[in-house]
Amino acid sequence: MQKITSEALINKACELLENKTVNRVLGWKVGEFAYDITPALFTDCDSLKSDFVFGDFCGANFSKYLVSETRKSDEKVLVFLKPCDTYSFNQLLTENRFNRENVYAIGIPCEGMADISKIKAAVGDGIVGLSSEGDKIIVDTLYDGKQEIDAKSVMAERCAVCKSKKCVAYDELMGEEGEIVDSNRFDEVEKLEKMTEDERYAFWQGELSRCIRCNACRDICPACTCENCVFDNPESSVQNKAISDSFEEKMFHIIRAFHVAGRCTDCGECSRVCPQNIPLHLLNRKFIKDINDFYGEYQAGAEVGNRAPLVDYTLEDLEPGEALERGAEN
Amino acid sequence: MQRIGVFVCWCGSNIAGTVDVQAVSEALKNEPGVVFSTNYQYMCSQAGQELIINSVKEHNLTGIVVCSCSPRMHEATFRKTAAAAGINPYMVEIANIREQCSWIHKDMEIGTEKAIILGKAAIAKVNLNAPLTPGESPVTKRALVIGGGIAGIQTALDIAEAGFPVDIVETKPTIGGKMAQIDKTFPTLDCAACILTPKMVDVAQNDKIRIFSYSEVEDVKGFVGNFDVKIKKKARYVKEDICTGCGVCTEKCPMKKVPNEFNLGMDNRRAIYIPFAQAVPKVATIDPNACNMLKSGKCGLCAKVCTAGAIDYTQKDEIIEEKYGAIVAATGFNPISMDKFDEYAYNQSKDVITSLEFERLTNAAGPTAGKLLRPSDGKHPHKIVFVQCVGSRCESCAEKGKEYCSKICCMYTAKHAMLTRDKYPDTEVYVFYIDVRTPGKAFDEFYRRAVEEYNVHYIKGMVGKISPEGDKLMVRGSDLLNNKQLTIDADLVVLAAAIEPDKSARPLATMLTASMDTNDFFTEAHPKLRPVESPTAGVFLSGACQGPKDIPETVSQASAAAAKVIGLLAKDKLTGNPCVAQANELMCNGCSSCEKVCPYGAITYVDKEFRMPNRTTAIRRVASVNPAVCQGCGACTVACPSGAMDLNGFLNKQIIAEVDAICK
Amino acid sequence: MQVNGEYKPLIVAFCCNWCSYAGADLAGTNRSNYPDNVKIIKVPCSCRVNPMFILRAFQRGADGVILCGCHPGDCHYTSGNYYTRRRMALLFSMLNFLGIEKERTRVEWVSAAEGAKFAATMNEFTEAVAKLGENKRLEDLRCKR
Repeated sequence: MQKITSEALINKACELLENKTVNRVLGWKVGEFAYDITPALFTDCDSLKSDFVFGDFCGANFSKYLVSETRKSDEKVLVFLKPCDTYSFNQLLTENRFNRENVYAIGIPCEGMADISKIKAAVGDGIVGLSSEGDKIIVDTLYDGKQEIDAKSVMAERCAVCKSKKCVAYDELMGEEGEIVDSNRFDEVEKLEKMTEDERYAFWQGELSRCIRCNACRDICPACTCENCVFDNPESSVQNKAISDSFEEKMFHIIRAFHVAGRCTDCGECSRVCPQNIPLHLLNRKFIKDINDFYGEYQAGAEVGNRAPLVDYTLEDLEPGEALERGAEN
Repeated sequence: MQRIGVFVCWCGSNIAGTVDVQAVSEALKNEPGVVFSTNYQYMCSQAGQELIINSVKEHNLTGIVVCSCSPRMHEATFRKTAAAAGINPYMVEIANIREQCSWIHKDMEIGTEKAIILGKAAIAKVNLNAPLTPGESPVTKRALVIGGGIAGIQTALDIAEAGFPVDIVETKPTIGGKMAQIDKTFPTLDCAACILTPKMVDVAQNDKIRIFSYSEVEDVKGFVGNFDVKIKKKARYVKEDICTGCGVCTEKCPMKKVPNEFNLGMDNRRAIYIPFAQAVPKVATIDPNACNMLKSGKCGLCAKVCTAGAIDYTQKDEIIEEKYGAIVAATGFNPISMDKFDEYAYNQSKDVITSLEFERLTNAAGPTAGKLLRPSDGKHPHKIVFVQCVGSRCESCAEKGKEYCSKICCMYTAKHAMLTRDKYPDTEVYVFYIDVRTPGKAFDEFYRRAVEEYNVHYIKGMVGKISPEGDKLMVRGSDLLNNKQLTIDADLVVLAAAIEPDKSARPLATMLTASMDTNDFFTEAHPKLRPVESPTAGVFLSGACQGPKDIPETVSQASAAAAKVIGLLAKDKLTGNPCVAQANELMCNGCSSCEKVCPYGAITYVDKEFRMPNRTTAIRRVASVNPAVCQGCGACTVACPSGAMDLNGFLNKQIIAEVDAICK
Repeated sequence: MQVNGEYKPLIVAFCCNWCSYAGADLAGTNRSNYPDNVKIIKVPCSCRVNPMFILRAFQRGADGVILCGCHPGDCHYTSGNYYTRRRMALLFSMLNFLGIEKERTRVEWVSAAEGAKFAATMNEFTEAVAKLGENKRLEDLRCKR
């Protein structure tokens, strides 16, 4: 499904390693299964050639890794950024989380990533191999042999409503420059808004009660780069390591979403990594939608240096009561 | 662990009346950290404070909780007490069991129960208090007075008298304000100009005072003792230092039909003008909206006739930046617009005028040279109706009037009525009133004279409608004492328009971060005990910008404000508020969120080296708060995603402890 | 929360020191009655109120949380309440999105001169929260008595 190949990226990375533009590469590496791809740091061309991969399961957004990675050395690190990753990249720069000079960023196009749970739902368990051909994904399973499925039908939800195919930050762009897309990403939020309070409560109770408080959503979130997260800080009053009451689930997710409100670029990583498949991105998207509705369109990370809506105001902002009334009108 | 003493105040019967103080002090005895708990009749009294001091010594207390009136009332008192007892003043917390409890609840059981909870919350907080030490900042020994009316003039003169430099900023081309427009002053009937203009001259001649006339305050930054102010000196197209005020230009200017604002538009001035003969500074000003030369480049007559060569058509607005230690708001008042009062026919008839217009009509320097003539036909009016409370005390007409009493109208109307009868005994004078309010030295005597000696007809009742008929004004009103409706065919009607704060006050308050009430009057730090200070440190209030006032009151408040300013400027250093924000560098991300929300620019960033895992180090950008600039609002603490920013005196954990105590 | 087996709404009111706390004081000075359910916590500015405090209050048994600050434009610190306005608009909207009754949260601007408004607001808010019944949706069973 991806237009750009692993080989092209490997060649580019090797070239930059060899001419000493960078001394290490943040990239994707195949894990135990074909769909189980992990972020990895490569320092030489050989390992790139053997392990580096780019395909339909390379959803991981590397921008967050730059915070710690750039501190390790004054030499540049090469990072491949898909369009949605570039927004996070800019947002982190806005927040001074790493030095731009320590990074060599290559913008790459993305055709949307596949959602393994959708594939599993379509072909069943026992997947032993995955490859893509054009618009098809070929799945090799233990029990039924090779099956062909339509890549679009198993595309991750976040990619189905992709907001932008345009890389907004890079030193070098590979492939074609994309466009900002007019997506329907708020449809699901709207659907929830139209429910009654009771229905919404029931919905979220159902979703959030599955939370096992593994912190994966926080750990993956490119906006959550705090030196010391409030959820790990015993002084913060919200520190907790396990869910022991339904309050905790809600509190954790409200605080998590609020802390990134206005800074969340809507990359959707939180939902991708949630082992319980909680649609966490809906919380972030609700904030984004509200921010757009209340204070005018704002896309975090669209530009470096933008003032986030929560550290800004106008004299005519709507009142919290009005915000609640608007909600009630839906 | 703290050793906390709890002191429950009875406040006489104010608290003890609805709160069982004994039960409260008993109940709080068992709270964590509490080692001593007692109650006393008046904790703020000398004996009460001694009780605290002795208890601190006796029980080795490290923290104090006083359950008493609002901390806005006595927090400072008890902090001093703590200091006297040898513990840090910031180890004191107040549980407000009077304003928030005994005064609003009538049931002893409810009051007691709530008082205990409030006490527990304060104890929970004190348990987490830490000693705080205030920082110090220098004081710029110069004051700024905004507004050059009698209030600003008096304040400036008094400050200068004490030896400190003062700048007056006045939007008009001259200082003098409303008092300069008034004819006579009550209750002594001496002429306003005779007592005001010498003061104006004093200001002009005082080398400690600078006047920025025709100027506005553009921006205020900083804080008490250290304000940075930008003053916009508007181009008057006349060089102030060269103009001699001879006035030749104002006679030669061909633009003759510019409404003269000093006479409230009742006559005309030229495009180049000096507002009035005794103006200070006595220099001409060109009205850029009226001057042909400035509008089209055609004319230049004033430059030709000016022998001093003071005219400068190329003059530009100038921004002056100056540092001040204290700022006094003296922006004064204006009569409200009569546009919405159709029932009084103000816009239909020229012979319905406001009291301030009446002042100009009777002023020897006014448009009629002091002769009381009708504006419509220049005839002498024989029957005059004064209507009081036009837009004042008007609860039902909030959209056009004011709910408050404008305070000065009763007296000036009595003055107007009396002066009219004195000068023109053939004139009948009627005054419609709701109440006649004359508190003040020799005020009621003055009003009685109007009624008894001068036979002014006072009618208790309001005017319902005024309609022009021929050259008469039919005034229909009610006489409540005689229970009659009556109609008076008046020649002239004078409306005692309500007064409101000057329009410049609201934006100024925003710049000064000084609070205002719903009517746009500046709020005082305490309505009784700190009436000339704004709650914003270093900002003081003088005159009618704080509330309606007559001249004697204005002058006393002006001097009081000056005294407060002098007290501040006399200090070399100010000790700040130690309840300021503090960044935990280990947790700071350097994301700049806090910097963006800080209204004082108190946060800067420094690069610091930190230990990282595996024996490495990394340089990180971390926030640093300037405690002298931080005012302790706490905006940064919530903007900070990692919780690295916390506010001393209102720490996250302290507020959470309070929440927990209340919700237990 | 339950008091002696009966539902009595507990209201936590965060009041800014400069306007609303003074407004509450004025309500007291004027002997304006408002329910004892309301417990005030003083903060320097409404912008000091962290969403965490609000959630904490609900967790510990509050049935309604109200924030009071200076009127927009009157903030003692110039802009604090403008940030409060945005933060709380978003937070309350989010709480409602999760199904928390919108009547449980409120921001009200109360000046130092508005003692009557303070009392009226507290009466009205307490009544509205009383109608909703106990806070069940953001409660923490561990904090139950």
